[in-house]
Amino acid sequence: MSGGNAGEANERNGGNAGEGSGGYGGNGIEVEGLVREFKKGPRAVDGIDLRVKPGEIYGFLGPNGAGKSTTVHMLTTLLPPTAGTARVAGHDIIKEGPAVRDAIGVALQEAALDPFLTAHEHMRLQAGMHGIPKAEARRRGERLIERVGLSEAADRKVGGYSGGMKRRLDLALALVHEPRILFLDEPTTGLDVQSRTALWDEVGRLASSHGVTVFLTTQYLEEADALADRVGIIDDGRIVAEGTPDVLKAEIGRPTVEAAPAEADALERMGAVLERFGQRSPAPQGSAAVRLDAGTGELAEVVRALDAAKIRVANLEIHAPTLDDVFLAKTGKHLEGSADSAAPPTGELEALPA
Amino acid sequence: MSQIGYLAQRSLTRTLRQPAVVVSSMIFPLFLLAVNASGLSAATDLPDFPTDSYLTFALGLTFMQGALFATMGAGQAIAQDIQGGFFNRLQLTPLRGPALIVGQLSGVALQGAFQAVTYLLVGIAFGADLEAGIAGALLLLALAMLVAVAFGSLGLALGLRTGNGEAVQGAFPLLFVLLFLSSGALPRDLIANDWFQAITTVNPVSYIIEAFRSLLISGWDGEALALGFGCALAVLAAGTFAATAALRTRMART
Repeated sequence: MSGGNAGEANERNGGNAGEGSGGYGGNGIEVEGLVREFKKGPRAVDGIDLRVKPGEIYGFLGPNGAGKSTTVHMLTTLLPPTAGTARVAGHDIIKEGPAVRDAIGVALQEAALDPFLTAHEHMRLQAGMHGIPKAEARRRGERLIERVGLSEAADRKVGGYSGGMKRRLDLALALVHEPRILFLDEPTTGLDVQSRTALWDEVGRLASSHGVTVFLTTQYLEEADALADRVGIIDDGRIVAEGTPDVLKAEIGRPTVEAAPAEADALERMGAVLERFGQRSPAPQGSAAVRLDAGTGELAEVVRALDAAKIRVANLEIHAPTLDDVFLAKTGKHLEGSADSAAPPTGELEALPA
Repeated sequence: MSQIGYLAQRSLTRTLRQPAVVVSSMIFPLFLLAVNASGLSAATDLPDFPTDSYLTFALGLTFMQGALFATMGAGQAIAQDIQGGFFNRLQLTPLRGPALIVGQLSGVALQGAFQAVTYLLVGIAFGADLEAGIAGALLLLALAMLVAVAFGSLGLALGLRTGNGEAVQGAFPLLFVLLFLSSGALPRDLIANDWFQAITTVNPVSYIIEAFRSLLISGWDGEALALGFGCALAVLAAGTFAATAALRTRMART
């Protein structure tokens, strides 16, 4: 993945100059009261309001079935909303579908590629459908394929690509018409840590050096945390919290202390001692955890109390609040695959890139 | 190059890169041809049977069968695109609906041409007649491509309507009924059963098969060719209309 080129960035920024009489015009997103009902079932999206600033990476975080993809389908004009409005790149998603599509690049959840075509052929088709002249299409295609690190595989059929290669090609295809806003629907679901990190790097670079606005859905806390300037947390079709990851976590504020006794039969007593310092929170098997009412200052007290109760401690950890804690506080639920009893709370930290 | 050009290129590339699909859709009609030609050859003893080579007679049906496979191919290709999300990829570009339909059908036309050439070469190698000569062979090829595209448009309509490959496959037996309720096995005037003869007379597939057959057996028969091409064009019109309507519903984009 080589760096982008400055000319492209200037071109793009030049294209956006002279915007901005109120609203986010050029490459922002404004959503008001967006609703989508399906014939059978509840409201998939139940009145969403949000604003994404130009050049911002907005992370739309929520569990499976929360309404993330439905929102993306509406914002990318593929699905008409039942109620509400949205403007993407300054264009109404209902009345100005073609103009919206022209301004956006989209990589949907499926990374829908034709297994019988090569990366070059995909690029040619995608550019051709956008009406980009052949020579220019070839130039851009080469550059994008190189940027996502697929030059060597570019003449192989996509059917033989790994999940990560497919996602990277999908990203490159979404960029061929030089969109100002990029929608990525769960871009790293199912990818290994390495591929995930590579994709994060590329998305980060697009936003920072090319000024592309990114709307990204994810069910991974660490992804929202690592990549997003601002996060909207969605559950059951509603946004339950919104802000920068740091602010959201600071709102929740309280760290969690997690301890494991040296003797397994002391676990219950240990839990009882810990409960004096805060509310119980889920912990891996063999451990007990509480959210400290008075913050990290209480840690020494906790240790003294355990000592006084004659409980030998095998392990003691303190966890800063995570976006999952935010999610838990707002919805009373954990995000799937996060700090549920099945997975240790540290699991998500281990998945972070070094 | 236009959108049609790019989509046609993709459709053709896909067809060429799935030789197994192309070949298997060729083998079944040829297998049935072999069975019919050896098993039903006594039919040529019937008074007024148009030829003494049942192979030549049965070859007409083979071309029609090939077209039915093309129908399934077209329907399944678009259903796969819908299920896998490629259709959405295209919808997010300035795609025009008619370009998608024409582009998809060009792959079908290519498959139809491959099949027809193969059937004709195999038929002739085993002694089938081609009364209309080289020019007739070219016309036969054109008719085969037209029929493939015509029935392909029906498959496309079905694929666009259902968005489901299995549903398209489920319709295959229905199409085969059309084939069996036609003059594929016997000339219409030699069918003794009244209701069967009535059905074969209103079944457009009969006239298409008879047009193929006329080029093989009797040379240049203007009426048979006009009816065959006419019926194929009518199917094409109906299929394209249905596919366009289904596409309009399917493309829910604003």
